[in-house]
Amino acid sequence: MRPPAFLQTALERDVHPVKVVTFKIDDRDVTAREDETILTVARQNGIFIPTLCHLEGLSERGACRLCLVEIKNSPRLAPACVTIPRQDMEVITNSERVQNYRKRILELILTERNHVCSVCVSNGRCDLQQLTVDLGITHVHYDYLYPKHEIDATHERFSIDHNRCVLCLRCVRVCDEIEGAHTWDIMSRGILSRVITDLNQPWGSSETCTGCGKCVHVCPTAALTEKGKSVAEMTKKRQFLPYLEMMRKEELR
Amino acid sequence: MSRARVATTWLDACSGCHMSFLDIDERILEIAPLIELVYSPLVDSKEFPEDVDVTLVEGAVSSEADVEEILDIRKKTKVLISFGDCAVSANVPAMRNRYDSKEVLDRSYMENATNNNHRPDKNIPKLMKVARPVHEFVKVDVFLQGCPPPADAIYSALTQLLAGEHPELNGKTRFGA
Repeated sequence: MRPPAFLQTALERDVHPVKVVTFKIDDRDVTAREDETILTVARQNGIFIPTLCHLEGLSERGACRLCLVEIKNSPRLAPACVTIPRQDMEVITNSERVQNYRKRILELILTERNHVCSVCVSNGRCDLQQLTVDLGITHVHYDYLYPKHEIDATHERFSIDHNRCVLCLRCVRVCDEIEGAHTWDIMSRGILSRVITDLNQPWGSSETCTGCGKCVHVCPTAALTEKGKSVAEMTKKRQFLPYLEMMRKEELR
Repeated sequence: MSRARVATTWLDACSGCHMSFLDIDERILEIAPLIELVYSPLVDSKEFPEDVDVTLVEGAVSSEADVEEILDIRKKTKVLISFGDCAVSANVPAMRNRYDSKEVLDRSYMENATNNNHRPDKNIPKLMKVARPVHEFVKVDVFLQGCPPPADAIYSALTQLLAGEHPELNGKTRFGA
């Protein structure tokens, strides 16, 4: 888990050197600071691990399970985004077993809601769609569920289509951690889970929403969109996130 | 060399995938001498023939007639291609799946009709409760994604098949395309 920004700065200031562990990813020797995750270290070393709920600048959630990796001598797979490496650990990111799990997980995500790329405002600009290409999904092996989900278009400028939500909770995290409004949250459990505004009120009547649009732009699919966009027109702009993160760190120094 | 017997059909679809097939443009002249088009909505054939080498199936399985057709095609085809997103994932036809089929028909033929409003009930196959992808009914050998699949992907799939290879389409197409 990533420590909050103020603690990171404290760690950087610490006169005692930070503990460093050495371990292996795909037979390559790598080093990590004690607070870094397997995912962070893999990315630093140019090793590809697919992710969906992860977004640089937000806390980790471990929600999508696409970053599962194998750890030698451990019977179960571990999500790389929330697993801290130990000394001499051997991580495998691309075994057939791991790749098959990731494909099945992605296929299950596709069956749980109604994703229709061809008529979607995010067609060609969607993290979920791109993942099907990256993981080589040619079709879905499970039966589609075709659940009935609503669209809330009560907000003046934005709308949410639950048919396209993958429950990554990026919106919940960005609203809480970056904007500080905590308008978004999640209700119910398991397959019935869905994101809500305030206490499950229409977004347009939310008293906490500042209308900043951060949730819209971190959303990996077109669950959250700006109104007035047609097919393939919704481009997400995420530059604000590393920028804000950097500026806030500066302020704490 | 004997020509490959090729068939195409559309189930619940818009025919856009067939249009994309025609979009391979002059390359169709390359393919034409290698194949014999034995059945297709593009030609005048009434019954699906025996011993077809390759069949391109566009569209989702939406009605009882679609089910009969796809089962028959599977029996008579060596290589069955799920042709486009409707065949692969049920895509747009599946957007009605959340509603009762009576509701859907009423919406199209009663509420939004401007003339001769009545629900069709004679001589047309009965809609099933939900539209589903082809591979939920029969074994599919090749999946050609896209709405429609790009002409290059279709050309690539066909030429690879005609060369006796299993088509490798990674990166050439995707859902939505």
